[in-house]
Amino acid sequence: MTHIVKPAFHHPALPVNACGLTHRDYEGVVSTLCAGCGHDSVSAAIIEACFELDIEAHRVAKISGIGCSSKTTNYFLDRSHGFNSVHGRMPSVATGANLANNDLVYIGVSGDGDTASIGLGQFCHVIRRRLNMVYLVENNGTYGLTKGQSSATNDKSAKNRKGVENRYEAIDLAALAIELGAGFVARSFSGDKAQLVPLMKAAIRYRGFALIDVISPCVTFNNHAASTKSYDYVREHNAALDTVDFVPPEVAITVAYDAGSTTEVTLHDGSALRLHKLADDYDPTDRAAVLPKLQRHKAAGEVATGLLYLEADETDLHGLIGTCAAPLNSLADQDLCPGNAALGQINASHS
Amino acid sequence: MKSTNIADPEYFHKVVDCQWACPAHTLVPEYIRLIAQRRYADAFMINWHSNVFPGILGRTCDRPCEPACRRGRIEEKPVAICRLKRVAADMKGDISDRLPVPPFAANGKRIALVGGGPASLTVARDLIPLGYRCTLFERDPRAGGLMRSNIPTFRLPVAVLDEEVDRVLDLGVEVYFGHSIDSLKALLNEEFDAVFIGTGAPRGKDLAIPGREEAAANIHIGIDFLSSVAFGHTERIGRRVVVIGGGNTAMDCCRTALRLGGEAVTVTVRSPRADMKASDWEIEDAMREGIPVLDNHAPKKFLVEDGKLTAVVFEKMTAEYDKSGRRTLKPAGEPPVVIECDDVLMAIGQDNAFPWIERDIGLDFDDNGMPVVDAQTYSSTRPGVFFGGDAAWGPKNIIWAVEHGHQAAISIDLFCRSEDLHGRPSPRTNLLSQKMGIHEWSYDNDISTVRRIPVPHVATNVALKNLTTEVELGYDEKLAFDEAMRCLNCDVQTVFAPQLCIECDACTDICPVDCINFIKNAPETELRNNLRVPARNLHQDIYVIEGLKTGRIMAKDEDVCLHCGLCAERCPTGAWDMQKYTYIDGQAEKLLETANGA
Repeated sequence: MTHIVKPAFHHPALPVNACGLTHRDYEGVVSTLCAGCGHDSVSAAIIEACFELDIEAHRVAKISGIGCSSKTTNYFLDRSHGFNSVHGRMPSVATGANLANNDLVYIGVSGDGDTASIGLGQFCHVIRRRLNMVYLVENNGTYGLTKGQSSATNDKSAKNRKGVENRYEAIDLAALAIELGAGFVARSFSGDKAQLVPLMKAAIRYRGFALIDVISPCVTFNNHAASTKSYDYVREHNAALDTVDFVPPEVAITVAYDAGSTTEVTLHDGSALRLHKLADDYDPTDRAAVLPKLQRHKAAGEVATGLLYLEADETDLHGLIGTCAAPLNSLADQDLCPGNAALGQINASHS
Repeated sequence: MKSTNIADPEYFHKVVDCQWACPAHTLVPEYIRLIAQRRYADAFMINWHSNVFPGILGRTCDRPCEPACRRGRIEEKPVAICRLKRVAADMKGDISDRLPVPPFAANGKRIALVGGGPASLTVARDLIPLGYRCTLFERDPRAGGLMRSNIPTFRLPVAVLDEEVDRVLDLGVEVYFGHSIDSLKALLNEEFDAVFIGTGAPRGKDLAIPGREEAAANIHIGIDFLSSVAFGHTERIGRRVVVIGGGNTAMDCCRTALRLGGEAVTVTVRSPRADMKASDWEIEDAMREGIPVLDNHAPKKFLVEDGKLTAVVFEKMTAEYDKSGRRTLKPAGEPPVVIECDDVLMAIGQDNAFPWIERDIGLDFDDNGMPVVDAQTYSSTRPGVFFGGDAAWGPKNIIWAVEHGHQAAISIDLFCRSEDLHGRPSPRTNLLSQKMGIHEWSYDNDISTVRRIPVPHVATNVALKNLTTEVELGYDEKLAFDEAMRCLNCDVQTVFAPQLCIECDACTDICPVDCINFIKNAPETELRNNLRVPARNLHQDIYVIEGLKTGRIMAKDEDVCLHCGLCAERCPTGAWDMQKYTYIDGQAEKLLETANGA
C-alpha cells in the first residue's frame, strides 16, 4: 500500500458538477489493495458515475460484505453512509436499510467469494425481491485474501498461479440473475471505464435490482497467462454486445437518435437508456433469447459484456409489497398509530 | 503525436520549470532538498557553481525562476526559491576547503576584463582555474559593479557582497581599481589574448523638461545618487523628495532617501501601477515603509523660485490599449498635480555608453550605438573581443550577467585554443531511479500543503534608522525547512516504460491532478483537447508514449504534475518510475575536462 496521503491539490481546471463538486470530492481514503488491483478502477468508476450524475454524497448508502472487494467502500464517497457488514450478508443489510429508507441510492459492493460462495443464498433472494439497489460484483475468480484459491466463478479448466487446474463448473452470476428476475443485468471490465461508467450511471438510475458483474483482475493471484480473468485475457476475448448511453431527463426529450441500431428505453424519472447494438442478433430486452446467447459466448471462450438484459418495467420491492411512497423512517407517531377511535372501530368489528 | 524523445537533454530540463527559467540553469530542486536536509554547504556549492553569487542573488535576484515555479500553477504562490538560496549562503559555514585553490598551472594566456561587475567576475571565476591569467580594470575603488554601487546596503550588506566578490578575486585576479580604460585600441595593443567588456549600462537617462537646468542642483540621476551614497560621498537629502520612475532603481532610490533624512518621499510613475517595471516585492517593500506610489503621473516641469527647486508639476495620464495589447498613454484631462519638494531623484532608465571604444578598430556598432554582439558566442565583430552583462544588450539583471559571463568564458577558452566558437559544450545530464524499496523513494514525495512563508523583516522604525540595517532577516532553520518542503521536486521525473504496462488504469485513477491518460492517438491540438482535463497550457509539453498493447497511447500533461510518485507507487509492474534528472549546463571547465580526457 501507499504510505502517503493522496495530495489534496487538484487540477485547477477540474470540471465542477451541479452540486459544485469536483470528482475529487467523491473520493475516499487511499486504497490499501495491491497496486494495479482492478477493484480500484471500479472505485474510480463509481466516483466518476456519482460525480457525473450530480449525486449528493449524503444521499448514498454503500454496503458491503467481506473480502478485498468489500474493503473498497472505504475508497470512494467518504461522505456517504456505509456499512461494511458480515461475509455474504450484504443483501440482508441492504434490504433492511432500503425498507427503512427508500430515498437513498444503495450501492452494494461484493466479490465473487462474498456473492457466489458464502452469500449465494442471499444473492438469489435479494434478486427475487427486486430490491432497488446496484449490486456490484468485483469478480476476479480467486480468493485474494487467502492467497489465490479458485473461487466459484473461476472458469472450469482455468489454472491458478501455481498451475493447478480448476475442476469445477463456474457460476455465471449474470445468467443466474437473469434467471431469477433481475431487471437490469450487465457485465463489464474494470479496465474499460468507457463501458463501465455509463453502465453504472444507468444502474444507479434504474429502479429495481441492478447487477453489474465486473471482471476485475487480481494482479497478485490471477493475472497470469493461464487465467481467464487476467487483463490480457479479458481484453483479447471481450465480446461487447452493446454500448449504453445514460441520457438525463432534460436531454432525453430533446436529442434525436438513430433508430436503426439504437433502442431507447425511458426510465421512471424521464431519463433514458440508449442501447447501441454491436451484435446484430441481439436484443437485450428479450429475456428468452439472452441466456442462450450468453451460453454461446461462454462456449466460445468469450466474455460477453455490455447491458445483457433490461426489463423496461421497473418494479422494486416497495412496489411489490405496496408500501407507502414516503420513506418508512420518516413516518411520525401519528402516521403509525391510528388512535383510540380507530382501535374502537377495529374492536367493534370483532364483536 | 509521436513518442516523446526523452533522450533529448532539453525535454526533462523543461519540466524543471525553475531551472529552465533560470538563465544560469541552477539546479534549484536539488539545492532546496539539500536545505531541507540541513546540508547548507552542499546547497551553497551547487549555487556557486551555477550562479557564482548565491548570497548576493539570494537577496537581490530578479527571480525569473519564481513566476515559472509549478507550485504557482497549483496554489497561489511559488516556492520562495530566491530566499532559500540566501539560507544556503547564510548557513553554509566554512566552505573554503571546497573551493579551487590557487595557484593554477598557467596556460600562458592573458585575458583583460573591463569593468568589475558580475559578468567580468564570472568570466574570471570560470577561466582562472583553467590556467588563464585575468587582469581586471575597474573605474571604482572596489569591485562589484552595480551590485556595489546601485544596490543599497539595507538590501545587500557590504559584508555579503565583499565575501562573494573576494571569493572570485582570491582565485588570483590581477586588479586595477580606480582605473578607467579610455581607449580600447590602446588596450588591444597590450599583450592580451582576449578582451572581455563588462562595463554595464552606466549612464542614467535624463528628462529634458522646463526647469531642468535651473533646478539642476537639486535634481539627481538615480544610479549616480545610489553610487554616491554607496561610496560615502552623499550622506543627506532634502526633507521632501520626489522620485520619478517605476523600476527597481526607483524603489532603491526612495527607500535610500528615507534613510538619509527624507521625511516625505513620493514615487511617481507615468504608467499604471500594473505596468510598473519594478518587481512586485520591491514595490511592496517600499510601500511597507510608508512611501506612496502615485501612478499615471507624467512630469511636465520643475518649478524654481530664487534659483531653487520648489516643486514638480505632473499631468495625470490614462492608459489605452489597442487590440494587440499595445499601450498608449494619453492625458487624462485633469488639472495638473503639483508636488512640492526639495530634491528630485530621476530613475527612468539607463543607457549604455562606449565613448572609449574607437569606431575604426573593426568593432561594429548598430544604429542605436550598441555593439554588434553574437547571441550565442558573445563575440563582437572584432575577433577576440567579447561582451557580456548590461554592456552587451542593455540593462537586464545580475543573473543574466552571470550567464553571459559563463558563455563568454566558454568562447574565450575556445578562441584561445583556436577552436570554433560555435562548438559549445553539451550539458551533463543523468537520469537515475529514486526507488529505494516498495513505496520508498530517496526524495520526500509527501506533498506539503503549507502556503508560502513570508520572510521576517526587522521592525520598520528600526529599519529606517540607518542605511546599513538589513531589512530582511531571512528565514531561520525552521521556516527554511517548511518553505523548502513546498518544493514539488520537479526534477524527479515520471518515466514511463510502455513494454511493462498492462493498462490497468491504476495510475490514471490515483493521479491527484488527473494528468495521466490512456487514449487514442491524435494530432497535438486534438489530443490536448481530448485529455481528462484538456491541456490548455501550451508552454507545457505532453509526454507521449506509443506502443501499448491496446493500440492506445499514454499521454501525460506535464503542466501541473505534483511529482508525488503515486503513479509509480500504484503501478503493479514498475512501468512508471521516479527518476531524478540532473542537468548541469556546460561551462568552460567542461571543455578542459574533455580536452584532458581525450
